[in-house]
Amino acid sequence: MSTENRKLINIATAGSVDDGKSTLIGRLLYDTKSLTTDKLEAIERNSKQKGFDYLDFSLATDGLVAEREQGITIDVAHIYFNTQKTNYIIADTPGHVEYTRNMVTGASTSQVAIILIDARKGVIEQTYRHFFINNLLRVGHVIVAINKMDLVDFDQQVFEDIKADFEGLIEKSDYNDDQVTFIPVSALHGDNIATGSDKMDWYQGPSLLDYLEDLEIDELEDHSAARFSVQYVVRPKTDAHHDFRGFAGKLYGGNIAVGDEVTVLPTFTTTKVKAIHFFDQEFDEAVPGSSITITLEDEVNVSRGDMLVKSSELPKSEKQLSATICQVNSKPLKIGAKYILQHGVNQVLAKVDSIEGLVHTDFSGGEAADQLKLNDIGKVNFRLSKPIHFDPYKESKSNGSFILIDESSYDTTSVGFIQ
Amino acid sequence: MKNIFVPNPKEAESIQIIREVAAQFERPVLLFSGGKDSITLVRLAQKAFYPAKIPFPLLHVDTGHNFPETIRFRDQLVEELGLELIVRNVQDAIDQGKVQEEKGRYSSRNSLQTTTLLDAIEEFKFDACIGGARRDEEKARAKERVFSVRDDFGQWDEKNQRPELFDMLNGKVHQGQNVRAFPISNWTELDVWEYIKTENIQIPSIYFAHRRETFVRDGMIWTASEHVYREEHEEVEERMVRFRTVGDMTCTAAVLSEAETLEEVVDEIRASTISERGARIDDKRSEAAMESRKKVGYF
Repeated sequence: MSTENRKLINIATAGSVDDGKSTLIGRLLYDTKSLTTDKLEAIERNSKQKGFDYLDFSLATDGLVAEREQGITIDVAHIYFNTQKTNYIIADTPGHVEYTRNMVTGASTSQVAIILIDARKGVIEQTYRHFFINNLLRVGHVIVAINKMDLVDFDQQVFEDIKADFEGLIEKSDYNDDQVTFIPVSALHGDNIATGSDKMDWYQGPSLLDYLEDLEIDELEDHSAARFSVQYVVRPKTDAHHDFRGFAGKLYGGNIAVGDEVTVLPTFTTTKVKAIHFFDQEFDEAVPGSSITITLEDEVNVSRGDMLVKSSELPKSEKQLSATICQVNSKPLKIGAKYILQHGVNQVLAKVDSIEGLVHTDFSGGEAADQLKLNDIGKVNFRLSKPIHFDPYKESKSNGSFILIDESSYDTTSVGFIQ
Repeated sequence: MKNIFVPNPKEAESIQIIREVAAQFERPVLLFSGGKDSITLVRLAQKAFYPAKIPFPLLHVDTGHNFPETIRFRDQLVEELGLELIVRNVQDAIDQGKVQEEKGRYSSRNSLQTTTLLDAIEEFKFDACIGGARRDEEKARAKERVFSVRDDFGQWDEKNQRPELFDMLNGKVHQGQNVRAFPISNWTELDVWEYIKTENIQIPSIYFAHRRETFVRDGMIWTASEHVYREEHEEVEERMVRFRTVGDMTCTAAVLSEAETLEEVVDEIRASTISERGARIDDKRSEAAMESRKKVGYF
């Protein structure tokens, strides 16, 4: 591929119905000229119909029919916009108490989170929850957008008070101060969204968009050890590629290079990387995030679900797991229940050994529990039918997470973060 | 100097998804319309399995009202890449009395495709259909999953979707259910065009500016054809046009354009002010058009 690839930033937005999240996203689309004329006309028409004297940008994002009627968003919606140097994907997730599931889903693919606070209301319970989820999922960068500054006369003191309040939360989290950025904004009027504001001279920091544009690719990636999970074995069985046996999959965590000594898990056989293929080209080395095909020096047994790692960087291999679980299905997780555990592309059977208890999503500790209901977060111990080869979630998002699949309905019931 | 592979993140994601489909399902199929999105899918699938061939067939649900250029292109592509192509015709469902042809001013066979598609799924026992839908196309699609489970009737239940976490895809389904898989969910129209340009992918000629017999209705440019209903006062005129999407002739409007090369097309898209589906007549019928069609199995 060419080197002109734009960087890609996934953003999770969260916020309750009234703090202007949809308006903020609509404003970002408008200011980056991502709203097309026909969409803009629809917004103008709808705004007029509703009797607003301003453009209701929230209409740019609300999707399903039911939601248009209720005026709220109820699931994870994806919104796209581009600038010259960056592709953006926003996973817009609702702020209702009962939708922890959606926030977790949106945060799972995001490197940046925007937490909106209504300047008139300050830090509320919802804020704790959003920040907690981002902390749990290790979303790398959090932007705290203190919105509706126009309604508090762009008063610096209001901003500073909320910031001080929020800093109390950072202390309780795993975040460093430099991972959390505070920006005073007015989404409705566009202050500090794509451009600065002439009404808040006291704020010297970047606008929201400037902050995002300046993030480096290195700051967006999860750096750990190289993990290559095999999705598919490529065997052309044609005359031209008679003996070709390539392992197709995605590389996470670190680079892999031709000549690297690798260990195949679960067999623990070792061999060397012979070649790295991408389509009809060969490369000496690949970086994380690459969907490539690897061939090996020796004829070793490798199948789907296996993992190639550098022999000097072995992950943990265990049949017992402790994990923080978020329940994303209405069927509760109970002691003794069996699931299909999917770790990357590998599947094993898992049984719930014990539940240590629920974790409160507001940093206030936990309580004992014998089950996890929809949107509950708790600590759970599992026994597995076969070992999995993992890293703690704190070290590797991709190799430290898994999902649970119900054996009868096949629904995805839970997501786990390995300790 | 070391030759280091740096991926295009969206391409890498799509390839990962396509490989999951091939690995998790017994009988996947790629829904091929001859449009730029499904052509892009074919390129991505080629890359996913190279040097092996694409391990699943293409299915074209032919309304019989396609642009002839698209059909010629389709056959050529299949020939060149040695792919397996299955064609099923909407006309057959009409002849069998399973569906009724629409009449009049806005008549189209677009929504009739659903029956033919569901029949083909049943005939070949397909358990996964790979489609080129993108979430940015339309509001109702913004919430579509990458793996979207459909019941025996092809129905989409948007309130009961499986959450998709990280990039783990759960393709487990029961007998009778099937999955619609959307590898380019996260691509925008511009992403597709830039990719086609970078990769130098061949596309049907109707995507480029050409002279065509057309007429204007409701501010949109329609193709003058025996398949497209036209009233006497609607005057046919030759115009320089191109198409931004390639659907059925009866529901795909043209835009005035001078863009004759990929370069010019991409520049035009970049500067464009009408969103892609704005040129799809079937969506104009009502704001909630797409959502209603999806609920009954339109892909």
